[in-house]
Amino acid sequence: MKRYSLSSIFTEAFRDNLGWEKAWTKRQPKKEYQIIIVGGGGHGLATAYYLAKNFNMTDIAVIEKGWIGGGNTGRNTTIIRSNYLQESSIGIYEKSRFLYETLSQDLNYNIMFSPRGVLMLCQTEHELRAMKRTSHANRINGVDTKMVAPEEVKEIVPIININGPRFPVLGALWQPRGGTARHDAVAWGYARKCSDFGIDIIEQCEVIGVKKKREKIVALETTKGNIKAKKVCFVAAGHSSVLADLAGFRLPIESVALQALVSEPIKPMIDCVVMANTVHGYLSQSDKGELVIGGGADGYNNYSQRGSFHHIEETVRALVETFPVISRLRQLRQWGGIVDMTGDRSPIISKTPVDGLYINCGWGTGGFKAIPGSGWATAEMIYNERPGKLASPFSIDRFSEGRLIDESAAAAVAH
Amino acid sequence: MSSRLPQEGSRINREKTVDFRFNGKNLKGFYGDTVASALLANNEMFVARSFKYHRPRGLFSAGEEEPNALMGIGEGPSFEPNIRATEVKLRQNMNVASQNHWPSLRFDFLSINNVFSRFFAAGFYYKTFMWPRAAWKYLFEPMIRRASGLGNAPSEYDEEYYEHIYHHTDVLIIGGGLAGITAAKALRDRGLSIMLCEKDCVIGGRYLEDSKIEERDRYKKFHEKSIGILKKSKDISVKLNTTVTGIFDHGFVLAYEENQHSNKASKKALWKIRAKTMILCTGAIERPIVFPDNDLPGIMLAASVRDYMQKYGVLLGDRLVLTTNNDYAYKTVIELKHRGIDIPVVLDARDSSDNPIIKEAEGLGIRILFGKCIGRVEGKRKASAIGICSVNGEGTIEELIPCNAIAVSGGWTPNVNLWSHCGGKLLWDGECGFYKPDPENTPTGREGETNMLALGACAGVFSNYDIQDHVPRKINQLASRLKIKSKRYIETNVFSKESEKKTKPVFALPHGASKDKQKRMYIDFQNDVKVSDLQLAVQEGFENVEHAKRYTTLGMATDQGKTSNINGIHVLSQSLGKPVDKIGHTTFRPPYKPIPLGLIAGQYAKKLFKPVRKTPIDKWNLLNNAIWEPVADWRRAYAYPKGNEGLEETLSREVLSVRKNVGLLDSSTLGKILVKGPDAGRFLDLIYTNMISTLKAGKCRYGLMCNEAGFVFDDGVVARLNDQSFLCHTTSGGADRVYAWLEEWLQTEWHHLKVFIVNLTEQYSQIAVAGPKSRELLQTFKSIDLSAEKLPFMNFIETNIDDIWVRIYRISFSGELSYELAVNSNQAEELWNKLNKVGKKYKLQPYGTEALHILRAEKGFIVVGDETDGTVTPHDLGMEWIVSKKKKDFIGKKAFSLPHLNSSIRKQLVGILTLDTNKVLPDGCHAVEDGKAIGHVTSTYFSPTLKRSIALGLIENGRSRKGSTLEFEISSKESIFAKIVDPNFYDPEGAKQDG
Amino acid sequence: MLNIYCPICQRDCDETELSCGGQAHLIRRDHASSDKDFYEYLYERKNGKGIIFERWRHVYGCGKWFHTARCTLTNQVFGSYSAKEVQPPKSILATIRRSRVDFKGWVK
Repeated sequence: MKRYSLSSIFTEAFRDNLGWEKAWTKRQPKKEYQIIIVGGGGHGLATAYYLAKNFNMTDIAVIEKGWIGGGNTGRNTTIIRSNYLQESSIGIYEKSRFLYETLSQDLNYNIMFSPRGVLMLCQTEHELRAMKRTSHANRINGVDTKMVAPEEVKEIVPIININGPRFPVLGALWQPRGGTARHDAVAWGYARKCSDFGIDIIEQCEVIGVKKKREKIVALETTKGNIKAKKVCFVAAGHSSVLADLAGFRLPIESVALQALVSEPIKPMIDCVVMANTVHGYLSQSDKGELVIGGGADGYNNYSQRGSFHHIEETVRALVETFPVISRLRQLRQWGGIVDMTGDRSPIISKTPVDGLYINCGWGTGGFKAIPGSGWATAEMIYNERPGKLASPFSIDRFSEGRLIDESAAAAVAH
Repeated sequence: MSSRLPQEGSRINREKTVDFRFNGKNLKGFYGDTVASALLANNEMFVARSFKYHRPRGLFSAGEEEPNALMGIGEGPSFEPNIRATEVKLRQNMNVASQNHWPSLRFDFLSINNVFSRFFAAGFYYKTFMWPRAAWKYLFEPMIRRASGLGNAPSEYDEEYYEHIYHHTDVLIIGGGLAGITAAKALRDRGLSIMLCEKDCVIGGRYLEDSKIEERDRYKKFHEKSIGILKKSKDISVKLNTTVTGIFDHGFVLAYEENQHSNKASKKALWKIRAKTMILCTGAIERPIVFPDNDLPGIMLAASVRDYMQKYGVLLGDRLVLTTNNDYAYKTVIELKHRGIDIPVVLDARDSSDNPIIKEAEGLGIRILFGKCIGRVEGKRKASAIGICSVNGEGTIEELIPCNAIAVSGGWTPNVNLWSHCGGKLLWDGECGFYKPDPENTPTGREGETNMLALGACAGVFSNYDIQDHVPRKINQLASRLKIKSKRYIETNVFSKESEKKTKPVFALPHGASKDKQKRMYIDFQNDVKVSDLQLAVQEGFENVEHAKRYTTLGMATDQGKTSNINGIHVLSQSLGKPVDKIGHTTFRPPYKPIPLGLIAGQYAKKLFKPVRKTPIDKWNLLNNAIWEPVADWRRAYAYPKGNEGLEETLSREVLSVRKNVGLLDSSTLGKILVKGPDAGRFLDLIYTNMISTLKAGKCRYGLMCNEAGFVFDDGVVARLNDQSFLCHTTSGGADRVYAWLEEWLQTEWHHLKVFIVNLTEQYSQIAVAGPKSRELLQTFKSIDLSAEKLPFMNFIETNIDDIWVRIYRISFSGELSYELAVNSNQAEELWNKLNKVGKKYKLQPYGTEALHILRAEKGFIVVGDETDGTVTPHDLGMEWIVSKKKKDFIGKKAFSLPHLNSSIRKQLVGILTLDTNKVLPDGCHAVEDGKAIGHVTSTYFSPTLKRSIALGLIENGRSRKGSTLEFEISSKESIFAKIVDPNFYDPEGAKQDG
Repeated sequence: MLNIYCPICQRDCDETELSCGGQAHLIRRDHASSDKDFYEYLYERKNGKGIIFERWRHVYGCGKWFHTARCTLTNQVFGSYSAKEVQPPKSILATIRRSRVDFKGWVK
């Protein structure tokens, strides 16, 4: 793999960039692999990458029904944070945020991790108390966050209106090391490095059947033929239930459309990520200058990748109320992604009823921030054939045991 | 240079001049001008800088597809960035400023990017800026952010009023060109409601501008007659200045109306339309041919050159070259030639054409070179000459021709965005080189029916004759398919049949352009995406059209690729050696025309943003200096400070008045749900964890609700009003949720039960009179006997206080003797005032929600949402006593048997007393043991009654830890030690509640 | 923006008047059920890509619950029916079959 560096850019600039190689090699499937990862999004590619990096496994195929990073990896609002309440959530999201810090260097691909800080507003007394609890939980678990007063909020985000009138800002939870990254680059960077490790990345290859023998996985039927595998992991957010159905089981998830939008690009006006949970609005500004806005999820099952306008309306209304100066900016584009919502809104990293088949799904509205940690933990589970410390709280059987990890109920915060 | 012609201009009124400023210069235009036409009239050809390389750019079009000329318009609260100069009408004293440059448009520091552009190929930023790691945050990213972005952000609050308008229609016609007008005429008188939305300020599309001089009068007559018919038809409503911008499921349509007639900022409205059937008549957009140096000011789409001339009397230049691949573009040079403009050459990429229009042009003395194209453009900030080259080959210049304007036409692209928004598929038309709507895969409506029909140019039918011929036929077919009154519509075709105008699909020329040339061939003007960028993307494996788009940012600018997408797809197809229909296209997403965020928020902003619910006593609270606390949608009085009191003093005064004398609380926000019917008791037994059906009329019982997962969901007092009626009180925030919950279970699970449920929350207001003197106070109203015998604890009576009906519950959330008075809301204020007046004698003090919380915490009573967080069971709260063992079934019962709900490490509710009585534990702090968190504080206060700090908390195995001391970490440096005790600090025997 | 027919009000309702309650025809499992049955009832969902049967409440209208059959890929709605039905009525299944020949019928 040709290394990306200042000198290589310089050299290439003087020979019409003719020396750059394919970021990842396009492969056709072999007959058999040790491991097949189904889903070429961030989570799937990260899983393959950490299998290679941490466990020297490279007889791996990542198969993707569309194009790499075309699902929720390329459709989210790119927020990275780990200011969670529950210990198990903190574990995986903080691991993930930590890995993000050096991911550009690890992958030799600038994923533009921007630790610009995440500000989570408190706009009711109740929210303020809940957030204080989170900040204590963060400190004890080694996550760097702190509560900041309204005046400090105004200093960090001068365009905010802290005086309400409807919901004055009473304070905020500030995670200075949270931030954003360039979503597509995360998928491409992992794909490039996986390819470099010798992992086969196979696009336009859809799973249409699962072959089992005595409840053990044997092979996958795909649009590019049958591929045998010792172990398979489904990492296909938005389609997890469809795949599980092929394998003969059901999941505790529902798929709904989550929407997002961007404004036209403008010069820098906000330097961090702001999340306002009381009014449901999430805002940051991309390096290109667009305001990136996360909207609400539809209340009904949906695979159409488009949502209802009233959610956009509610989100924008909340943000215009919180940041009145954005009122004259214009919405450039809106889109939807299909997210898997579990019963407790926390993810599933787990073995399944089928031997040798693993699953990683249910990241709901917040999967992007978890990509490196999730890949790390899933790789560990696949290699050891049992979940490790990070993954074990997220097994499927937590639902039948009543062992829910309910962040949204507990912290009143969506993921 | 560009200039104004002495006459002509169908859109402008030369009698009325309009003064405006551009980058500080005072300029003049005419009423009816767009900012774009006025700029051109003033010879402002260089009006913008591009996004990435900050290259000089000029106006490229006359419409919504404009990629270059984005302006900051207005000042102060009405300033708007990124406005397309082609879309906004000139207003008196308008302030127009170009964007994305520093210090000025002509001398832009960042145009240095252009010099170094060889280092800035597509995706270069993914390959660098990684060392040292911290530099991204502190150096590279801030630098990149400042360089990118377009206009400046507004800095003042917006004062405009935005409106949403709702409309239902049988048919929505999108676009008022020839196809739209004909469709409207054909649909009228069939009993349908028809709405026609036209983005422009007039209907008519292009047919008048496109007509030949000898035909013009005939077309005008037709035009006026059509307008007359539309105006007369009661079933047709025409909305001008209204762009349909998004199509959603089940015929939901967004249209953006922007009325620019007022002298101040334009008035905007968002139309939310439900349409049973949509007729798409959005026409087509001219696309450029990509050639070297094609981004210089002075280069413009051919039809736009004509538009500026015919509509605004503005000439792009007086020596104009056309480069084209189609017959239609010749209209432009013919019109110009008729006005005496010099046309040194027309370069036609085709081998030949036998269309009469070629003869006509030749007849006017225009030199036409077939098989030729532009190989180079001279000029730094403005085109000054072109180099002619052959379409085949690498682009060696054969001849240099001086000129000051270049018209370009690569054919027309059907405007299919709206077709794609909601599921319509597209077909590649190889002969013409564009995507058009696939009639077999249409957008569908609620019943799966086809709900959109594409007509006219957007469907690939371009000539006026053909449009007028096929539209009535299609509409008649539609009418019979929809089984609507089928009166066949026939229209005589007024348009002359024209010989077929052919386009040869070419996209980037010359075909064999050298690497050096490819680096100067711009596909996406705004984002500076060049042919070389797309080729690099392909070389690096970004072959999928979505990958290529994201890697190069092609089509991601504010014009969303209106002029660049098709060219980009074609270049991609050539680089990959794959046919275009195998390449596909990127997804079209709403909005077609960007909508201001303030308009999306609409009228429900500012004062109407989440309207505040107020209790009937709100006015009194306001007049008595209440501090507010939002609780769900309500506002409640948090405390009532007096004089110079600090908050702590206020709270202490309010709490102690309840403990010593009597306090008054506005608890009207409490949820009140009436459950009535012969099976009401049975139903409530299923809902609450404890037994409700055994409650006697006239009595109250505290009840707890769980969800099926076994977690506490809501709580409150249930009062049995009579045999068949129960009034269930809920938390203030939970009223709507609980009401919906009850309805859901009643309707969907236990619908055999004879029960009705009504939410009476706002019917009754509630006033708590709490404290040892409460009985005395209430008994001053002669009519009532509140003795313990007459009204024991957890009982209620209905009586009158003076003439006011009240229901008095003897319940207590403070541990004191206490009554809660329910009163019809219209009399609540009167009763409140009466109580206050009489209360003076007893030193009555109104108290707010915070004192209420302190009082209940002193007693160890839980608050749902504080002591519970959706993961807490009744057992965790030490409330086993409220979970019935007798009842066969209730919601949550099964979950109580799940392993984790019986685990030995569950957190349990305890009381917490700090060793240092003055130290109050911070909200939410955690108890730690061996460096691990083992629980947290749920409520913490300084108790004025006990004169010490108290707290409640959920601690792992808390009940077995009673008596032990735990460490509560309040910061990384400091801990507070506290003893675990019973969660009941005040009057544990409960003697006080009897007074 | 869906538009769904409320069989109680007998009129079309905008999505903003409605709230969705997820999969229809779930059988409630009480305390006597096995942990597995209870898990399936409480959490496991079909979540199909294609035709589903689901619950809606006309929350800003009559307040009543009803069921619909809808395609989660195209959002085509095949009809609304009473929330008291324990399985989809024949008329609804027939409507689905008319439009989707490969429809295999309702599965518990």
